[in-house]
Amino acid sequence: MKYLIIFLSFLLTSFFSTAQEFTVQQKNKAFSENTLNVKVGDVVHFKNDDPFFHNVFSLSDTQFFDLGSYPQGESKPVKFEAPGTVEVECAIHPDMKMTIEVSQ
Amino acid sequence: MLPLNKFGFFSIILMLSSYQLCATEYKDMIFKPGHASLQEWLLPDTPPYPKDNKPNAHRVELGKILFFDPRIGGDGNMSCATCHNPILGWSDALPTAKGFKSQTLARATPVITNTGYNTIQMWDGRKKTLEDQAIGPMEASVEMQTNFTNLLKLINTSSEYRAAFEKAYPGEGVNKSTLAKAIASYERTIISNNSPFDQWVKGDKKAMSKQQVNGFKLFVDPDKGNCAVCHSAPNFTDNGFHNIGLKSWGDENPDVGRYSERPLGLMKGAFKTPTLRDISLSAPYFHDGAASTLEEVMDHYNKGGEVKTNLSPNMKTLNLSKQEQLDIVAFLEALTSEPKPVSLPKLPIK
Repeated sequence: MKYLIIFLSFLLTSFFSTAQEFTVQQKNKAFSENTLNVKVGDVVHFKNDDPFFHNVFSLSDTQFFDLGSYPQGESKPVKFEAPGTVEVECAIHPDMKMTIEVSQ
Repeated sequence: MLPLNKFGFFSIILMLSSYQLCATEYKDMIFKPGHASLQEWLLPDTPPYPKDNKPNAHRVELGKILFFDPRIGGDGNMSCATCHNPILGWSDALPTAKGFKSQTLARATPVITNTGYNTIQMWDGRKKTLEDQAIGPMEASVEMQTNFTNLLKLINTSSEYRAAFEKAYPGEGVNKSTLAKAIASYERTIISNNSPFDQWVKGDKKAMSKQQVNGFKLFVDPDKGNCAVCHSAPNFTDNGFHNIGLKSWGDENPDVGRYSERPLGLMKGAFKTPTLRDISLSAPYFHDGAASTLEEVMDHYNKGGEVKTNLSPNMKTLNLSKQEQLDIVAFLEALTSEPKPVSLPKLPIK
């Protein structure tokens, strides 16, 4: 019985700590979200829905990434590894900005 | 950055962004004068402004006086209008600008026409607002090298200047901030939004020739000119940054452009997309002045650039016929508004 409880606890913990996946669109030279709340380990897919190339990058202290440039229909993922605020932009179109709040 | 509060700056971005969203794709555009699908190409009558610098006649007049006052330059002989000359399309007709003591600078003087509609300023985007931009060349040692101690003393010892500042910015004093705000207010009045193209979009079928209408179609067609991918509605700029593969990018130590502000590989050699409004008034073209004519500009784009290292992904070889290139040039010439008369201000002497 004791082992069964431990096993079930493990299963429940695993189930509730499963990383979530989110999608943020790039459409009409804007991100579909102004802010997004995620947890450490979650993955955000940045999908380009505009008929031209976009970029996604962050120079934030919390997490640096640069996804390069990619065309309409393509998507690139970013896994958020640390808690904090991550400012996300498109280098090609600097009016495109959003914030991702990463919590534990 | 000048004292523009966060809310004020955010408001500007929202205002500027709101008229650029929901761009109509080429396949949904109907090329008939006055058609609803084309209305996004019309600019608002006046550009947005920050909350703490609402334009009024006193502010614009003071800004105009400062804009034309050569005593602002470090040697007392260089005004904003020295480079942004209204009789040269608000530029200087030079390949690249001449700065302090006539030294040749690396980049062309950007036109200030419609710069009030921009969401980011300078070829590399290092200035956010017009207020921020206005003071930039004065602070740059290679550009105007303004001695602010001397300049503020000159203004403060002039009863006419002091009175003009007090009328424009009551209680705010004479300082860098009010100086920049006044010049920005004047720059926001330098607008081109009534070109033959604008008149055609509003419904005047005679405003553009058949060749110019065809040039517009080619301009926006992603499989032809593909120009609107960057020179987008309504100010013919995406306020974005692109490496367009100019010959100078192949130089030994090329100008890295936007990369100095955003150190990302994609930004190496990328420069801000300039507006094309009034473009026929401001040759030569490109940030390095490499093209003397609009035909040369089209030839560059038709080849998909000269130096293709780190080329913008939005650039491609166009393979346009000579006639198609000429049609686009004819369209570009339809983007010039009738020049408005510019009267020179009386500069304060006492």
